[in-house]
Amino acid sequence: MADTLSLDRAPSLAAAGREVVTFEARTESPIPLDLAFSLRAGEVTALFGASGSGKTTVLRTIAGLWRPANARVTCDGTVWYDTATGLCLPPHRRRVGLVFQDYALFPHMTALKNVMAALDHLPKAEREARARALLALVHLEGLEERRPAELSGGQKQRVAVARALARDPEVLLLDEPFSALDRAVRVSLYGEIDAIRTRLACPIVLVTHDFEEVARLADRVIVLERGRIIAEGDVGSISARADIPIIAAAAEAGTVLIATLAEVLHDRRLSVLDTPAGRILAPLLDAAPGTRLRVRIPSRDVILADRVPEGLSVHNALHGRVAEIAPRPGAVADVAVAVGSVLLRAQVMEDAVAKLGLAPGRPVVALVKSVAVTVPGA
Amino acid sequence: MDWEALILSIELGIATVFGLAPIAIWAGRALAYREFRGKGFVEALVALPLLLPPTVVGFYLLVAFGRHSPLGQAFEALTGHLLAFSFEGLLVASILINIPFSFQPVQRAFEAIEPSIREAGAVSGLSPWQVFFRIELPLAWPGIVTALVLTFAHTLGEFGVVLMVGGSIPGETKTIAIAIYDRVQAFDDRSANIMALTLLAISIVALGITNTLSRRIGRRRG
Repeated sequence: MADTLSLDRAPSLAAAGREVVTFEARTESPIPLDLAFSLRAGEVTALFGASGSGKTTVLRTIAGLWRPANARVTCDGTVWYDTATGLCLPPHRRRVGLVFQDYALFPHMTALKNVMAALDHLPKAEREARARALLALVHLEGLEERRPAELSGGQKQRVAVARALARDPEVLLLDEPFSALDRAVRVSLYGEIDAIRTRLACPIVLVTHDFEEVARLADRVIVLERGRIIAEGDVGSISARADIPIIAAAAEAGTVLIATLAEVLHDRRLSVLDTPAGRILAPLLDAAPGTRLRVRIPSRDVILADRVPEGLSVHNALHGRVAEIAPRPGAVADVAVAVGSVLLRAQVMEDAVAKLGLAPGRPVVALVKSVAVTVPGA
Repeated sequence: MDWEALILSIELGIATVFGLAPIAIWAGRALAYREFRGKGFVEALVALPLLLPPTVVGFYLLVAFGRHSPLGQAFEALTGHLLAFSFEGLLVASILINIPFSFQPVQRAFEAIEPSIREAGAVSGLSPWQVFFRIELPLAWPGIVTALVLTFAHTLGEFGVVLMVGGSIPGETKTIAIAIYDRVQAFDDRSANIMALTLLAISIVALGITNTLSRRIGRRRG
């Protein structure tokens, strides 16, 4: 049933990469905001920051649940909110799907009715079938008649996702959707969101303070601090930013690579990955060759050498050039090595930088143990 | 048993419930969701009839309903009879003194709905009216019924205000609570006893209903 369900929007809207939502806000109080960004079709943008950084406020402003004193939000050319002209489209007139942190299901309705409540835009006769298909999409067949009180946390969040999709949203907003769930449930929901995003052409915004979720799901990251953007970019470049304390602390800085599983070496219990940094050996992965996935290499697990050493257990020796050396507190240096088309981050002692005579432009070998290559959120 | 008084009391109770229900739902919801200047003062004012002696409330209402007040004059010009010592006057008084009994349970019931649930209604495409009828009302319903049951039971038992505003006109303003007093004054203990037992039974049933409903609110949340 899930396969017959079309989540895709009109072809003209489906063009990935097209700017759909623009956002700008400048307010001092009660919550300081001073930022502008846009959201592109088919992209998952993570709003990442500590609590109080304003990320949820941004999300609520897009949904129309919060009205900053000075802001402008447009979606697909339509102005949703503009304090300059006094225009404000109420939340129920904006086509947004919002998944709340605490699920916010209607407690007096069954799972099916919860989803049907968001289907008022369809003819009455079509609503139930559509709601059942959406619940099947999030693997809740058989639980349609349960009330929220009779569902587990993970099941409730799946209903909330189905309800958000029911609206046929022009933008899908996820407000810390995994934070109330335990780890195993979280990991299976990551897979769910991943599957949905490939079928959804609208922009998706993920608000989170957990960098694992960013590394696992986001294409683009906006790092917020006190209502301002302190860093913005694709997940690979942001995850390497050891100079941003919240990333260094929360995530343990590293490099995220988009990889394709090339081969599974069952006899050696290893996987071969094609990455922009070249071929990399990783532990055995539970996926078919050809699968696209993300891997993460913590910068602490990268060793730098001036040549490929012998008699070492390390599987991956990647040849590159030093791009940048940035000192960090604690006599540590963050070295960016250009390998192929990516920057691989390595965290080494400043003493080692001096000993090896590392300087921008110098050829260097980055050594990575295969066990250090992990798939985030798995 | 003074059947006329019992029926009058029940009529007054039902009229009060129907008159007060829309006011209580509107005001209780407003107190739960809206922030405005002087909200604390309004909440205190709502509770005032709980603290004031009924004779004081009755006295002020009598003055307000009388021939010398603008309200009393307007009513007399409109209907030809006095608001004080009439069923209509009794109804207005009954609605006013039941404000604390009805507003507060309704306010608590609306407050108990998580803000995110109402917001989820809005982002699901429901207009404010649809959110009210499809989400807020069903969730607040046990609290609203509790408020109305309390109002009904309290109306049946109100004595001081009714005596002051209504006098004791049989068939017009002589309620069962007044009739009990009347019978005791006449040393008719048997009749007084029967009527007192009737009121006691009604009160116990009312409490049973409100208890059951408030447990239901508790179960809903999960």
